[in-house]
Amino acid sequence: MWTTIEQIFPYAIVFTIPLLITALGALFSERSGVVNIGLDGLMIVGSFIGAFVVSKLQEQYLGSWWVLWVGLLAAAAASALFSLLHAFASINLNANQIISGTAINMIAGALTIFLARNITGSGNIRVTSGFKSFDFPVLSKIPVIGDLFFTRMYPTTLFIIALLLISTFMLYKTPFGLRLRSCGEHPHAAEAAGIRVRRVRYVGVLISGAFSGLGGAAILLTYSGEFNGNVAGLGFLALASLIFGQWKPLGILAATFFFGFASTIANVSQVIPSLAVIPPVLLKIFPYVVTLIALVIFSKSSHAPRAVGEPFDSGKR
Amino acid sequence: MNNSVKSLLAVLFGLLAGAVLMMLTGHNPIEGYQYLVQGGLKNPERIGNTLATATPLILTGLSVAFAFRTGLFNIGAAGQMLVGGFCATAVGLSLDLPRGMLLPLMVLAGFIGGALWAVVPGFLKARYNVHEVVSTIMMNWIAYWTVYYVIPAYFKGDSVETESRQLPANAMLRESWLSDMFQGSYINLGFFIAVLTVIIVAFLINKTTLGYELKAVGFNRHASEYAGIGVNRSIVLSMFIAGGIAGLAGVAQYTGNASSIQIGILPSQGFDGIAVALLGANAPLGVLASALFFGLLYSGRGFMNAMTDIPPEIADTIIAIIIYFAATSILIERLIRKLRLRRSANKKQED
Repeated sequence: MWTTIEQIFPYAIVFTIPLLITALGALFSERSGVVNIGLDGLMIVGSFIGAFVVSKLQEQYLGSWWVLWVGLLAAAAASALFSLLHAFASINLNANQIISGTAINMIAGALTIFLARNITGSGNIRVTSGFKSFDFPVLSKIPVIGDLFFTRMYPTTLFIIALLLISTFMLYKTPFGLRLRSCGEHPHAAEAAGIRVRRVRYVGVLISGAFSGLGGAAILLTYSGEFNGNVAGLGFLALASLIFGQWKPLGILAATFFFGFASTIANVSQVIPSLAVIPPVLLKIFPYVVTLIALVIFSKSSHAPRAVGEPFDSGKR
Repeated sequence: MNNSVKSLLAVLFGLLAGAVLMMLTGHNPIEGYQYLVQGGLKNPERIGNTLATATPLILTGLSVAFAFRTGLFNIGAAGQMLVGGFCATAVGLSLDLPRGMLLPLMVLAGFIGGALWAVVPGFLKARYNVHEVVSTIMMNWIAYWTVYYVIPAYFKGDSVETESRQLPANAMLRESWLSDMFQGSYINLGFFIAVLTVIIVAFLINKTTLGYELKAVGFNRHASEYAGIGVNRSIVLSMFIAGGIAGLAGVAQYTGNASSIQIGILPSQGFDGIAVALLGANAPLGVLASALFFGLLYSGRGFMNAMTDIPPEIADTIIAIIIYFAATSILIERLIRKLRLRRSANKKQED
């Protein structure tokens, strides 16, 4: 049993990371008061641009370490740019944020394949090589913890955990974080205190876009290796993690890891004797059912930002 | 501004954006649209195929629109459609009955399957105030994986691993006279089910007490409660009906347009239903019109792809852009208002 867990753990972490960063981005957006259901689409954009940039650069600079990081950054920038569509619709035009987010998902899903087909014909873009996993020096030698957390890890994991720490600090320990959270709780009070609500919300959505792009590119450059027009609904799972994690960074970490671990178990269950006795369908639907149950349990004491999803109308009190 | 004007403007902008995209990727947009329309309408067969393509879209659009009228955002039409189609297929594959009994039973199974799948989020919303957007997404994936494992286990295809057995002709919505009329098209009874559903829903929403109550809950939940309407009951009932309609879309898709059910894919019509409902301003007739339009785009794109080399995904892209414009139609309204103001100001100056 223990060796099984040891074997699964690195995979679970790799699977968790894209979810984590995407949900973390959504945290900024929702805490500022804008629902972002377009996460899935933004991840697809990140995956597409990442694949495009990395595959182009690898034609010339195959094997250079910086190529993959440039791909990550390009993906983040592209998705941030793309999220402007959602920001503009929901912040400036007071559009229904769920419909706008749905439109983002649809545009991203269709447009990226359209462009990819123009580039490769098949609609799939392969990258020659992604990030290589490695054993973290020294730390991987620690008993138990080393085996679980520091073996076969990817550089993106470190990068994204660092982003998680920085984000938590920003949200709770800086004036910017306080302003952002106040815009999601009581935008009129925030405005009265001299905060530019619309601008803060723009920043929230842009961060969400950039982080989703990182998430999409992280999938591409760690375990998938190819853009194929979707991210298997992970964006929606990230949204569920955000709610499951009750709009808090550590909650999100726990929720995404739960999803990562549960999905990995479901994926490998057939080759592990002690799990193979459980019908795979139960393992597959387990995370979704648990989310539904969690939603029911949290429904009484939900910590959702109070003004989330409501367009900000300065004249309305 | 009138809803239909708004929708038409959104369509116009969507088509323009599509033309720009075609130009940017080095294709001729006029040629592209020509072949797109020809591909959908050139001969009776293609017209029939367009109607058949539109059929599930009409039903999913109607499902989303119906829920929307009660203030519910049914993003789970895809899952409900899948479950509905699965139930109908299961009935069609396991029962050996005369056609006159089997088909109604399949349609009923599809409706009930989709309806029950939607009742779960409806109940969670009514009883625990769980947001239906998240719960329907969860239900989508539960449906996806359930069908993924149940089909190979009980209804495995003869040759292909990833789909169910082929339905016998007896258990399909296709009619030979209908196919003959449209010269070999795969149009089927599903289209008539869809049109009938449009009429019933229009009647239900506009002419019955139930429809009035559902709409009232959509407008103002608290006022309705105060007026003595059973709000929780309305929410569950609305999801039941919406899910049932989405289930019918599954019946039309998997036992009419196709003859087997594929696994490992959530039907895209479920999400397109949101687009159809939005463009149709959540009105039954609007839904019918916009579904037919989207059906045209979807059925013509293959021909366009064959004649030019524009990727077929241009149709999906155009639809998505139309939805974005429909969602932001307020921008156009503001522009028009500004223009009017300026004009009247100019007039005053002249006076």
